[in-house]
Amino acid sequence: MVRNKKILLIIIAILALIPIITKSKAVLNAVILLLIFATLGEAWNLITGFAGQTSFGHAAFFGIGAYTSAVLYYRYGITPWIGLILGGIIAAAVAAIMSYPCFKLKGHYFAVATLAVAEIIKQIFVSWKYVEGATGISIPIIPRSSDFIKRLFYLQFNEKTPWVYICLVMFTAVIILCSYLENSKMGYYLKAIRESHEVAESIGINPTNYKLYTMLISAFISAICGSIYAQYILYIDPFMMFSLDVSMKIVLLTVLGGVGNVFGPIIGASIFIPLSEFTRIKLGGSGTGVDLMIYGLLIILITCYQPKGVIGIVQKLAERSKKANIGGEGKIEATSGN
Amino acid sequence: MIIEQIIANGILMGFIYALVSVGLSLTWGVMDIINFAHGEFLMLSMYTAFWMFSILAVDPLIALPVCTLLIFILGVLTYFGIIRRVINAPGLTALLATFGLSMFLKNLAQFLWTPNFRYINNSIVSGKTIEIGNIVIGMPQIVAAAASIIMTVAIMIFIDKTRTGKAIQATALNKNTAQLMGINTKKIYAITFGISGACVGVAGALMSTFFPIYPAAGALYSVLAFVSVALGGFGNIKGALFGGLIIGLAEALGGYMFGTQFKYAIVFLIYLIVIQVRPKGLFGW
Repeated sequence: MVRNKKILLIIIAILALIPIITKSKAVLNAVILLLIFATLGEAWNLITGFAGQTSFGHAAFFGIGAYTSAVLYYRYGITPWIGLILGGIIAAAVAAIMSYPCFKLKGHYFAVATLAVAEIIKQIFVSWKYVEGATGISIPIIPRSSDFIKRLFYLQFNEKTPWVYICLVMFTAVIILCSYLENSKMGYYLKAIRESHEVAESIGINPTNYKLYTMLISAFISAICGSIYAQYILYIDPFMMFSLDVSMKIVLLTVLGGVGNVFGPIIGASIFIPLSEFTRIKLGGSGTGVDLMIYGLLIILITCYQPKGVIGIVQKLAERSKKANIGGEGKIEATSGN
Repeated sequence: MIIEQIIANGILMGFIYALVSVGLSLTWGVMDIINFAHGEFLMLSMYTAFWMFSILAVDPLIALPVCTLLIFILGVLTYFGIIRRVINAPGLTALLATFGLSMFLKNLAQFLWTPNFRYINNSIVSGKTIEIGNIVIGMPQIVAAAASIIMTVAIMIFIDKTRTGKAIQATALNKNTAQLMGINTKKIYAITFGISGACVGVAGALMSTFFPIYPAAGALYSVLAFVSVALGGFGNIKGALFGGLIIGLAEALGGYMFGTQFKYAIVFLIYLIVIQVRPKGLFGW
């Protein structure tokens, strides 16, 4: 754990320094989105990387979180801080209702079930008048002259710097929680369940319960990301919150960063979010789709040439340097495989 | 009377969904690859039909073989260009590669042909209707359903009766054993991907006569095909056929009973209910 703590500190320090070095809105925007999606990736990684249940429906929890805080503020003027927690609880409740019957499904059947749940929730929100249906909610903006305390209370800022730090705190808390979980008894139980459901059950682990706990935590974290995202963007609609594209974006950056590793999501997000932001800024204005075309092409190239994800490259390099130090010991290859 | 009309529409649509699902089911069952670009193949076939109609004045029904062949080739190329490299990769990598491909194709279409909706208005079949008793059915839908049935049956016969079909089945059961028996599994994979493409090639040409054609046209059908394949049970062509039919019916009846805005919600709900009773799909084992 000591080595990992060092890496974590370095990552956090770099991200914390960015707003001091640059005031470029494009860069800061990329950092904020990067942190939000890295946190989402951590949440997804818990259920898929550790517990081995592929979810294609995390957009559902993300959307529920965003809608809970936005609706509470929009309708009743309640601070997003309360909405954020409440959104997490509602998302966890939805996760419990949906997961418990679904956990007996294996592999792809579970994945398609999560996708189906997300689509159903989207359809409900599209035609639900109370949440403004397909029109979406524009979060009311507080006066520009408000002081910092009020801005913090209502989670609205004129600049991007506070957002970077809020997201960084959120991400740090989540990654510490995840690495704690990974090394706790529960983490080992989950890995046992991932490797073999039956064997885990035979040695006295209750797979359904542990998967359920993980799903609740995962949904809660995703919902908080949703609330933060909604407050940052200040506008949400069902199509952008609940879309399969959001779910797939989470899957994409986690898998290509390194699934089942706490650093996977942040590595994946650090590559893919700036990449998509950069292509969008450079090419997106034309409305011709060139940016997403190139983005798609890059995804194909990375998957084809580095199928183990970016962490695969890091591991390969680490192995090579290790080999050079130890010299000729053949055992390393076998132990590093996952 | 109205309910009969709705059921008829649902079944006709169901046969088209079935054909799309059978295509997806092939790659899913044989290679264990979820092809996210399946709907985009469909969209490209619709565009092929559209351009042949508007530039060469070829009717979509006559352009059908060209669309089929073109998407077959696209499928084979996809295998050699992308799938071959990721098929042995761990976990979800292959799926992400096809997701990247779907993103690429969708936006390529938008780049080349703008996001505008396009229609084929005066094909041979358009505007005509048939009355059976008191049910009125559009000619495009009937032709599409009929051709979908023919194609689905043809694929089933191909898989069951021909040597190549049997080789596909063997490869699906166990790749290594199939290889030991002298089957060129790479070739089989390429053919499977091609046939999967051909299915949506046919479906796309037929659908172009009564659906708007635009870059995001395929996305919905990808998701519906995932659900209908899972509903039927993975790797089971008969399952995909029935899955498609159930989805067509659920969409039509659900839309009638609960309002059209909920028709897809009903479809997904039916999947969630069925999967509780049959955790591996209707025909899965």
